[in-house]
Amino acid sequence: MSSTIHQGAVQARQPAGTSADFAISMKGITKTFGGVKALLNVDLEVERGEIHALLGGNGAGKSTLLKILRGVQSPDAGVIRVGGEVLAEHSTEASRRAGIAMIFQEMSLIPTLSAAQNIFLNREPKTATGLIDDGECRRQARALFEEFHVAIDPDELVGNMSSGQRQLTEIVKAISQRSKILVLDEPSSALTETEVELLFGILRQLKNDGVAIIYVSHRMEEIMRIADRATILRDGRYVLTATMAELSLDKIITHIVGQEGRNLAMPQRGVSQTGEAILELHAASGPVKPIGVDLTVHRGEVVGVAGLLGSGRSSLARLVYGITPLASGSMRVKGEAVHLNSPAEAIAAGIALIPENRLREGLVARHSVASNICLPVLDRLSRWLLVSTERAGKLVNEHIVSLKVKTDSPEASMLSLSGGNQQKVVLAKGLATLPDILVLDEPTAGIDIGSKTEIVTLIRDMAHANKAVLLISSEPSELIAASDRIVVMADGRLAAEVAISDIVSDEGDPAERLQNAQQRLQLLIQKVNAND
Amino acid sequence: MTDSLSRKAAASPMLSYLLRSWRRGVLYIGFVGIFAFFSVTLMDQGFLDPDNLLNIVRQTAMISVMAVAMTFVLAAGEIDLSVGSVAGLASVITALAIHDYGFVGGVIAGIASGVIVGIVNGLLTTRVGIPSFLTTLATMGIATGTSMWVSHTAAIPILNRSYSFVFGGGNLGPIPVLFLWVLVIGVVGHIALRKSSFGRRVLATGGNDTAAHYSGVDTKAIKARVLIISSTMAALAGMLYAGRLQSGRFQFGEGDELSVIAAAVLGGTSLMGGSGTIIGSIVGALMIGLINNGLVLLGLDYSQQLIARGVIIILAVALSQRDALR
Repeated sequence: MSSTIHQGAVQARQPAGTSADFAISMKGITKTFGGVKALLNVDLEVERGEIHALLGGNGAGKSTLLKILRGVQSPDAGVIRVGGEVLAEHSTEASRRAGIAMIFQEMSLIPTLSAAQNIFLNREPKTATGLIDDGECRRQARALFEEFHVAIDPDELVGNMSSGQRQLTEIVKAISQRSKILVLDEPSSALTETEVELLFGILRQLKNDGVAIIYVSHRMEEIMRIADRATILRDGRYVLTATMAELSLDKIITHIVGQEGRNLAMPQRGVSQTGEAILELHAASGPVKPIGVDLTVHRGEVVGVAGLLGSGRSSLARLVYGITPLASGSMRVKGEAVHLNSPAEAIAAGIALIPENRLREGLVARHSVASNICLPVLDRLSRWLLVSTERAGKLVNEHIVSLKVKTDSPEASMLSLSGGNQQKVVLAKGLATLPDILVLDEPTAGIDIGSKTEIVTLIRDMAHANKAVLLISSEPSELIAASDRIVVMADGRLAAEVAISDIVSDEGDPAERLQNAQQRLQLLIQKVNAND
Repeated sequence: MTDSLSRKAAASPMLSYLLRSWRRGVLYIGFVGIFAFFSVTLMDQGFLDPDNLLNIVRQTAMISVMAVAMTFVLAAGEIDLSVGSVAGLASVITALAIHDYGFVGGVIAGIASGVIVGIVNGLLTTRVGIPSFLTTLATMGIATGTSMWVSHTAAIPILNRSYSFVFGGGNLGPIPVLFLWVLVIGVVGHIALRKSSFGRRVLATGGNDTAAHYSGVDTKAIKARVLIISSTMAALAGMLYAGRLQSGRFQFGEGDELSVIAAAVLGGTSLMGGSGTIIGSIVGALMIGLINNGLVLLGLDYSQQLIARGVIIILAVALSQRDALR
């Protein structure tokens, strides 16, 4: 049976090595949720002193596998060995005792406590009198930060830190427990490039100390750089395990996406002709950022907004969407001057925002798919103050079908959906308002490559449907694939603008062209920041 | 081993379904259980007398009316502690106004007192940004103080017969008018929460304030509105007290806020916001009334009643919240 499941070209699994050779050996893991097989006979084996990438699209089963490893869920079948010993009990406590530490996308730090207090939370060093020894706590935290070259003051309140600093504190907290196995789930999504380098330094150091590291990320460039081996899952099944030397970006993407894989690498050279100016900003400034932005977006056009974290891209989105009102300057929509004071006014003006943080800003996570999609358009669905079940059902089904949202039913809780499908529901909410202007803030953050490609295609479809799109993204490949022109922000200002044809050359094969274009765009972003 | 695992897998959806329905059903099971218990133990004290049962409905009508509105407040992620004292205030104001201006004047004045407190609660919570817990804690004191002041802490009699009939005292055939009030407000509340766009917005605001705001919901207006609805319904409850007991007294409604919140929570409304049912809240209110009635018939004195009521409410809420804690 297993031979039919274990497909894939590369077979680099250890032939007959005993499980004792591995820091972790998960064999034949199967997990079913209400009749849906989340995992079927999945294997994952990680050696000591290895950085092992766990790859797969959304719904591939990565999160479930990690939850089982952490003891949050117990497998229906299969055996887990840690350092050769069978892990008999499935609880977070048992996993912790076995030396497994995990770092999540969502932060587990307490904002009102300092870095040092957070790192030693619940296991604080005590003085002879039994009280917490704050001095010792601070000293140990400082030593840890120094050991890993992280420039964070142990007394800094977590609430005052940048998201990158928080993430690094979180990582230091995990490694301070001297775990033998470290699991990182999208550790770099909140980090700047220098912080990513710092993280990689830490990981290499830990690897030399013999720690087994499982690394989950959607950023393939990072995987290619840092990982030794990778295990790929698809649709809850094991695809293959191979060393990175045996894998190329193309191969990885092919395995993750399966047969339907489409290529993000092909820039969509489209367009062509753009219609009239529909969104015009003149010297538009927010309370802090952005500062004096002049930008015109036309119908049928996708304008990419590039820049580093904190460059004011999201502030620009919030300004256009009326969350923070215009402090100075002017804004015109369809030729008419507007001063938006709330999202409701922006929606009425034909603007939709796909916010950056889908769980915090995009969705009422505990509510159903249907009530989320209907929320922005309740008035349109209502008659005599009552929501028409028929109209609501029609709207919801249309969007579930057109965006290919994978859900058990429209009444399923948002929490039961994978990240990519949650994001599609956020998109559906935006599209349900029938906008002329679509503002997308990091629409593909933390979702799998299959869904990414679908969303890029969708963005192009929007442009073809004569809408104007403002696309904020940290991923150069996505900006290049979707945009007609790209503006670069730095310190709240528009610092540069390029047409897509200026950075994508006509020569070479598509992959090479994309790579060159990405390099040019990265260079541009670095340049405008160096100028200041 | 594989066998037992696969059986466990097959059983777990069934198990989780039972657990979920347990959470929903525990209130109704508890209701029936307590009813059955009292029916047997209090058979000789006349618990099952139609008169006694109708009395329970009369006694809980005010709590039910306030619990319907409280469901909206809690679902929007807010809380209203001022309902009990607003009821007392409205009873006093209504009694005074009836004395001077008659039926219509009394009704208008009573409702207006609730609307005004609601507007104050709403504005302080949404415009000044004081959490509703503190806002309504403060207006609770202000309302009680005002009603003590204007009534000189004395009961104000209501001699208007039609008022007493419509607001609480009357019967249409065998049916108490109070029951009709609960029925009408319950049905309107249920439809408003489940089927209207307003109700959806209330639930979304309580479920995720930011996401609701980003979706174009005016979350501040929603919060202000639920607080106004709550105070208005509290005023109505106070007027029902006044009609039933043919007087206005500042003590009417004293401590009701706890029964009202307990009723809503018993009925499955989350204190975290984002969920709630009107039917649950009304059944919760009836259950509290049932317990009170049974304890009186059992011959417990007031101090013992307080203790027994507290224990029963804790048990019921703990059971109905079981999987929310996980």
